[in-house]
Amino acid sequence: MDNIAGKRTGLSLVTHLATLVLVIVWIVPTLGLLITSLRDQDAISQTGWWRALQGAPQPYVLSIPVDDQVQRDGLWVLETNVFAGPTGEALPDDILDRSRVDAFGTSRLRGPTTEPGETVETRDGVTVTVEANGDLRAAAPERMTGQLVLPMALVAPPQLTLDNYAEVLTDMNTAERQQARSMGQQLDDMLFSDEALFGPFVNTMTVAIPATVIPIVIAAFAAYALAWMDFPGRGLLIAVVVGLLVVPLQLAFVPLTIIHGWLGIGKSFLGIWLAHTGFGLPLAVYLLRNYMVGLPRDIIENAKVDGATDFQIFTKIVLPLSFPALASFAIFQFLWTWNDLLVASVFLPADTDSTVMTRFVVTNLLGSRGGEWHILAAAAFVMIAVPLLVFFAMQKYLVRGMLAGSVK
Amino acid sequence: MLDSVIVSGIVTIIIGVGGMFAYFWASNWVLDHVFLPAKGEHAGRNINRANQIRPWLFLFPAMFALGLYLVVPVFYSGWLSVTSGVAAGGWYRNYSEIFANDTFRIALLNNMLWVLVVPAASTFFGLIAAQLTDRLSWGNIAKSLIFMPMAISFVGASLIWSFVYHPDIEIGVVNAIRGLFGAESGVTLIDGDIVDSFLLMVVLIWIQTGFAMVILSAALRGVPEETIEAAIIDGANSFDVFFKIKVPQIMGTIVVVWTTITILVLKVYDIVAAMGNQYRNLEILPTQMMRYFDSGNYGFATAISVVIMILVLPVMVWNIRQARSETR
Repeated sequence: MDNIAGKRTGLSLVTHLATLVLVIVWIVPTLGLLITSLRDQDAISQTGWWRALQGAPQPYVLSIPVDDQVQRDGLWVLETNVFAGPTGEALPDDILDRSRVDAFGTSRLRGPTTEPGETVETRDGVTVTVEANGDLRAAAPERMTGQLVLPMALVAPPQLTLDNYAEVLTDMNTAERQQARSMGQQLDDMLFSDEALFGPFVNTMTVAIPATVIPIVIAAFAAYALAWMDFPGRGLLIAVVVGLLVVPLQLAFVPLTIIHGWLGIGKSFLGIWLAHTGFGLPLAVYLLRNYMVGLPRDIIENAKVDGATDFQIFTKIVLPLSFPALASFAIFQFLWTWNDLLVASVFLPADTDSTVMTRFVVTNLLGSRGGEWHILAAAAFVMIAVPLLVFFAMQKYLVRGMLAGSVK
Repeated sequence: MLDSVIVSGIVTIIIGVGGMFAYFWASNWVLDHVFLPAKGEHAGRNINRANQIRPWLFLFPAMFALGLYLVVPVFYSGWLSVTSGVAAGGWYRNYSEIFANDTFRIALLNNMLWVLVVPAASTFFGLIAAQLTDRLSWGNIAKSLIFMPMAISFVGASLIWSFVYHPDIEIGVVNAIRGLFGAESGVTLIDGDIVDSFLLMVVLIWIQTGFAMVILSAALRGVPEETIEAAIIDGANSFDVFFKIKVPQIMGTIVVVWTTITILVLKVYDIVAAMGNQYRNLEILPTQMMRYFDSGNYGFATAISVVIMILVLPVMVWNIRQARSETR
């Protein structure tokens, strides 16, 4: 279509811009929380995450000793750097490295109002210049006494930290972790403490992996039968599978709670594996059958003529050829089981030994620590890191699977 | 502790997968060698019979699981909704009670709004995104980024957007943008107003637009070039080409996308549970259903799930008819 005359020129720039705006709107929310998860707890409440890289000016009052002043050209001159010497030592540690002066002043009452590089005069007749890098030059006609007391707004360099992640995974901040370690606690104890996110992370994996693998095997056999075996009622079964694709899961909750109770499964990992298997099967059978039916008929019929049994044809020919469809269902099912909150709320007990991350975040973190965004942001990214990895690594298969189900 | 959890997971996978393969292999072997051996005087007849039985061996585990986990529950839920806790007041008591409940009516109304707004908006944005990215050199990167929220859980997305909606003008992006236009301080965006549902819908639209985009973009590529060229020669501008030539030709796919998202919207629970759990005005049917389920009121819970099923029914019938017309 690009080669059609007069098509490209005018619209091109608008298209680029519109797409850019769309992409920015789509990634800004995620980006915001990602940056927040890497910021210091105090910084989060002081400035927006979009200012994370420029740092936030903090007001300080600096007392600069005047002992080093020298007489030059009839003036008493002091040249020093506010980040060095005793002045710098009085500042908090994190403000020292690579900090800069955002503004300074000469009156504590008026605060830091002068831009770095400019010169102002104090009430005592001392002219003061402070550069952004902290270099200070003070000059007075008479020998200065006491200390120069100057209010300054200092900007600490942006600090990104993984502390929030360590805190949410162990439920202890840095100080608490040190204390626990000195009391002889091992990493294992911290990770599996009651309010730590690491346990739910492991539980989520324990739910998602078997719940992805088991339905694939069951569905593959059924899909082969529906695609390549002739028997009465095949069309009806396919229709039933398509119908079951849209059955709301909610319908199954009360009956399955009762049935699992009868069977003695109750609320357990086994229960949720079976539930995810049952709920995932319609899509699995549907996707795999659609794919298998498109495999070349010749291969399968030749194998039959050569005396292969259905079981052999299935395991040796159809299954390997169906890899793209198997992969795309596996991704769907893995994303769905990893991200699920609803099924886990029904089929797993609520204690930390078996709860999954989504539920842990909603019931434990959002409730009791709803305002602590350093915790929530880190928890969110622990939760979505694995699906995002899977997504970017296997996007091709995901797209293929989606298209198999909907575009003719 | 960590070891035991991982070991039990691995053992389950081995038992599950190995067990399934063992079942299929063993049942086929028994069929071919014990019950209906392909030798002796009835060899031919046995082979035919074995081939009639074999499909059912392949289908049995799937049919059993589907039956137990989906088919039986549909009828069982229906049965419970007219028998559980209806001692006084007739079989329809659960239904008459929930329909008399204000919160249920709010939930039903909200659900309708979700079903109207989210599929329409997602499909619309998806279509726009598909058309925009189609011709760009960096289109695939753009697509990937718009598609990415698809991998994020509803709970994760709710956290992401709660942060965007944060009431502090120095924390929440929405309030910060209000600040650019002169607002002095932030406002609480989600405070239980009935219109706050739209803010929650944004989260789902954000997730589903990528899905719509991917499918519609494939469909747009399938539009024959002759039709576009003919339109341009006849003097159509880009908007005409898009809305009058391309869109009508991919209408079938648009409907599929629309209905798929509609089904998803009817099942959505996590977003409201994570973002608006304390507000009655934001309730939808699934959150209400879970409230009754958690409190052990199975009669009301199943009645609501049946209502959700009835809302899904038209799409289900349409899907089945589509599938049947294709297989024929």
